[in-house]
Amino acid sequence: MRKLDYTTIFFALMGSFLVLFILIPIVNLMFSSDLNSIIANLQDSQVISSIFISVYSALAATLIAVLFGVPLAYILARHDFFGKGFVESIIDIPIVIPHTVSGIALLLVFTSGGILGAPLGKLGLVFTNAIPGIIIAMLFVSSSFVVNSAREGFESVDPRLEKVARTLGSGTMRTFFVISLPLALRSIVVGSILCWARAISEFGAIIILSFYPLAASTLIYTRFVQFGLSDSTPIAIILISICLTLFVIVRIIIKGWRSYDKN
Amino acid sequence: MIKIENLSKDWKEFKIDNVSLEINDQEYFVFLGPSGSGKTMLLELIAGMWSPDSGKIFMEGNDVTMLPPEKRGVGFVYQNYMLFPHKTVFENIAFGLKIRKLGKKEIQIQVQEMMNLFGITKLSKRLPRTLSGGEQQRTALARALIIRPKVLLMDEPLSALDRITREELIQEFKRIHKKFNVTIIHVTHNFDEALQLADRVAIIKEGIVSQFGDIDDVFRHPKDAFVADFVGTENILKGIAKEGEDNLTIVDTGNIEIKSSEKKTGSVHATIRPEDITLSNDKVPTSARNVFKGLIKEIYDLGTIIKLTIDIGESLVLVLTRQSFLDLELNVGKYIFVYFKATAVNLF
Repeated sequence: MRKLDYTTIFFALMGSFLVLFILIPIVNLMFSSDLNSIIANLQDSQVISSIFISVYSALAATLIAVLFGVPLAYILARHDFFGKGFVESIIDIPIVIPHTVSGIALLLVFTSGGILGAPLGKLGLVFTNAIPGIIIAMLFVSSSFVVNSAREGFESVDPRLEKVARTLGSGTMRTFFVISLPLALRSIVVGSILCWARAISEFGAIIILSFYPLAASTLIYTRFVQFGLSDSTPIAIILISICLTLFVIVRIIIKGWRSYDKN
Repeated sequence: MIKIENLSKDWKEFKIDNVSLEINDQEYFVFLGPSGSGKTMLLELIAGMWSPDSGKIFMEGNDVTMLPPEKRGVGFVYQNYMLFPHKTVFENIAFGLKIRKLGKKEIQIQVQEMMNLFGITKLSKRLPRTLSGGEQQRTALARALIIRPKVLLMDEPLSALDRITREELIQEFKRIHKKFNVTIIHVTHNFDEALQLADRVAIIKEGIVSQFGDIDDVFRHPKDAFVADFVGTENILKGIAKEGEDNLTIVDTGNIEIKSSEKKTGSVHATIRPEDITLSNDKVPTSARNVFKGLIKEIYDLGTIIKLTIDIGESLVLVLTRQSFLDLELNVGKYIFVYFKATAVNLF
């Protein structure tokens, strides 16, 4: 057995602070409500519909992020061009600005008179106090997870693999789909999960853009403000259970995923 | 024939500067140069992986300069093989045929034939990461050759392999060169590889072709100090080998006879590494099978070591430490005894 030295023990003790700091409130939350009130909440149609809205909108936001983020990630991984640093910074901006600020920025553009809201409104797409508003709020704050993770995935694929495929007769598009994409898929999936999880947890931008229909995070907030802790806790437990279950399932899938670069 | 005309391309770290070359059909051509000389980039330019800043590339008389790699019909083998890690050996080899939309049965037959040829049939269902270097290299060769390319480009194909596997693959390269009637361009920094394989060689330095031509010619008449330095680390003698006594091979160069412990007959090259040669002022009893009296022609002071050229009927280069050089009291025009063992003489 490896001998533990004082430095390792000291660092482990220091490091366990953060782990416990995150773990204790979550575990405590899980046991902060009785089963009856959880079941009662599960029968509350408003709770169910708000959870559905959150899960569904986050999924839609993730799909949009993947559809547009993966091509961008590939370009960023493979090409150097003027303004690349600028593009990378733009993708990361939503991470550093307060989410309420993101919400206000989106609202100004997507409101019925806004520069994007007006033309899209003519096509029948309404963003304020509507599900599309929740989706774009989620997309704005979480898409960078897909782009950054996919980009790392593509960067780890040796460009020479693509070059060899091309000498064997494969065109650029086909090479992308049969070589680059499968090899980067793990990173893209990881990024998508982070994106989805981040989207579900969004609150700040959503309440400004689309307070109604109530997303789960908004519902928890309104119940807390109106009725206090005892009414909001069961919903929080339901939401966190759904998220953790999905998170664990995905972690298991990822772990079993064939990794080609390791022996 | 591949014709390269005034080809130039500047990447920041590397550049290819006004390269012109002609490579004949079915020739085994070697680009020889130190790392960072741009030889891989030149190979990738020929494959169509980059478009040049200026200049042209012709294959069989057609201008292919702007053709993408998938339209050039060249095979490519990299140093690290670049097998598709998510595909099995079979799928890797079948890749080019699948793109050509061959039927499943036809693919099966052709891939099987290729795997038999390279002795990798048993590995069919394995993933690349589970293979040894030699197995990966054979798979990469099979994958490149199955599309019957007219030209096979190989980038340092032997560098990542151990000595024994390297020797095996050198024989393999000779075999496929004949069998597939393919023009091979092989990039290496290893002069031995060039000696053993090349019909002709181009010495590349900082993106420029310093010299090209017949391998013996380049070796015997290096055009400048760089080429001489790069190729001149060994003594290479051409001769006729025949069986001699004590299980030894005798190589007759026309001027002297050298004994080697390697078994070869017919026309051969014999190489002797300079550090395998020893000197003494008087004839001493020794186990070395090759003993000659030679005349010191040239002495180069390289600092801690001294390089000598000695005429023993053939010109030999050897190196000494400064101390041994002083102890032996050597100077130009002096006669000296030269010894090297039969095991120090490599034949190919």
